[in-house]
Amino acid sequence: MSIRLEHVDFIYMQGTPYEKQALSDVSLTINKGEFVAVIGHTGSGKSTMVQHLNGLLQPSKGKVFIEDVDLAGKAPNIKACKQKVGMVFQYPEHQIFAETVFEDIAFGPRNKGMSEAEVEQQVHEAMDFVGLDYETYAKRSPFQLSGGQMRRVAIAGVVAMKPDYLILDEPSAGLDPGAKEAIFERIMKLYQARKIAIILVTHSMEEAARYANRILVLSKSRILMDGTPREIFLHHRDELRQASLDIPQTVQLVELLRQGGLKLPEGLLTEPAVVAAIKKVRGLH
Amino acid sequence: MLSDITLGQYYPGNSVIHHLDPRTKILGTLLFIIAIFMATNTAGYIFLCVFVMAVILASRLPVGMVFRSLKPLAFIIILTMALHFFMGEGEQVLFEWKFLRITQEGLAMGIKMSLRLVLLLLISSVLTFTTSPIVLTDGIESLLNPFKRIGVPAHELAMMMTIALRFIPTLIEETDRIIKAQTARGADFSSGNLLQKAKNMLPVLIPLFISAFRRADELAIAMEARCYRGGEGRTRMHELAYTKVDVGAFVLIVVVMAIMAALRWWPL
Ligand SMILES: Nc1ncnc2c1ncn2[C@@H]1O[C@H](COP(=O)(O)OP(=O)(O)O)[C@@H](O)[C@H]1O
Ligand SMILES: [Mg+2]
Repeated sequence: MSIRLEHVDFIYMQGTPYEKQALSDVSLTINKGEFVAVIGHTGSGKSTMVQHLNGLLQPSKGKVFIEDVDLAGKAPNIKACKQKVGMVFQYPEHQIFAETVFEDIAFGPRNKGMSEAEVEQQVHEAMDFVGLDYETYAKRSPFQLSGGQMRRVAIAGVVAMKPDYLILDEPSAGLDPGAKEAIFERIMKLYQARKIAIILVTHSMEEAARYANRILVLSKSRILMDGTPREIFLHHRDELRQASLDIPQTVQLVELLRQGGLKLPEGLLTEPAVVAAIKKVRGLH
Repeated sequence: MLSDITLGQYYPGNSVIHHLDPRTKILGTLLFIIAIFMATNTAGYIFLCVFVMAVILASRLPVGMVFRSLKPLAFIIILTMALHFFMGEGEQVLFEWKFLRITQEGLAMGIKMSLRLVLLLLISSVLTFTTSPIVLTDGIESLLNPFKRIGVPAHELAMMMTIALRFIPTLIEETDRIIKAQTARGADFSSGNLLQKAKNMLPVLIPLFISAFRRADELAIAMEARCYRGGEGRTRMHELAYTKVDVGAFVLIVVVMAIMAALRWWPL
């Protein structure tokens, strides 16, 4: 149960003066049950890489497998395999088109060939997952909702297809902190309830540290590092700097506090853990 | 992939032709088109071909790429040739079968007519390959300026063209993204009959229109916020200026026209 890239190269506009190598020799395996954060500087190839995971882009060189099916091959179940991978693009609310929230969310499940009863159930569940009340919103026009709500509709449209792998390309870009928090809470809930794989592209080291159990660092079209948040954020600061990234602010804060004499334990990474540790040493509750 | 379409086919480069003033290139192309229609005899056509080839070489564009720009119109070129071949009047019959009759005059006429088309397309491709769309509209605006007095809104036309050109890549990118997003949701754009296919395009077209209108709105507000109020009294960052090379190019094109006139009225 995995998606596998083998020595993938990708070149945009090959054969023109605008040619641009966006991926070089990328190999990786993503297993079901993993929560992978993909981090990297703007233009490092994150979006390009995740678009290979469900065959939206075909590699210029190399191979992509979903559950051991070669996407460039002739197997009859390629389409079904691709549909196991859900993809939420950057600013997904820009793809909403239907007259009602229900119709828009139902688009994917219907294309997947679900029965009308099943579609309704999936739409209902997906709306619950993203925190939109079915009775209130299902019959509304999506274009009358707020930006954060529209994004939730768009995410629900992908979740309703019951993907085994869910890719999210910067899902929190342009949202206020409250809406960000809400989206991630929903994603975590989905991850834990369905035991699927989540692939999260993000600019925020804090998000990556807090939610992921594996981090992929992309730099200049290559995979620079691949490891747990702990390994990468606690032991590879210099490499991150070279890739124009930095360690999470939580880790920086802990470092400074320790220098300042506060007796915090080593290896603190996430915001809740840091808050709890500070409270503990200061005897607060 | 959609983004593989190169916009206005501009091919950046550093040749003499690239550096000519856009007005020189536009006027030169127009004059050369007149020269093409002055050609009547073989010598004239040979001279035109040599000149076009020389211009292509001087522009240092990949020759194959320039010739590939003929492809979209290949059908018209071939049709022109075929029509003249079979319909041409003439004495010297080369081939006759039922109602089909190919004469030597028809054959010659077909070749000449399609050659005119080919030359015309090649020279205008060189213009668009060597001039970025923005510079091209600057040139057009400047050439239209004298007609402002008779009510041609030169600046507004050029601004509209510039904005349209500016947004073509953005909209292509947007279309590409929306198509990908809907494909990922299982949309199918290739199967079904024509009506079905048109209906399948709705999930792409609706978001695309919404975003185009949103962008237009935002742009209008941004322009007004920066006090845009049309062309009246507006100065520009890049002033167009003729150089010696432009003068040389004009002299050259006049010489070409003179030679064509000479070949027409005093054939060798
Ligand atoms: N459609 C495209 N056409 C041409 N170049 C592109 C296209 N999309 C991305 N690129 C280029 O490929 C590189 C990687 O882009 P991308 O994968 O979007 O990076 P990221 O998501 O990490 O910011 C960038 O240099 C970008 O300019
Ligand atoms: Mg990106």
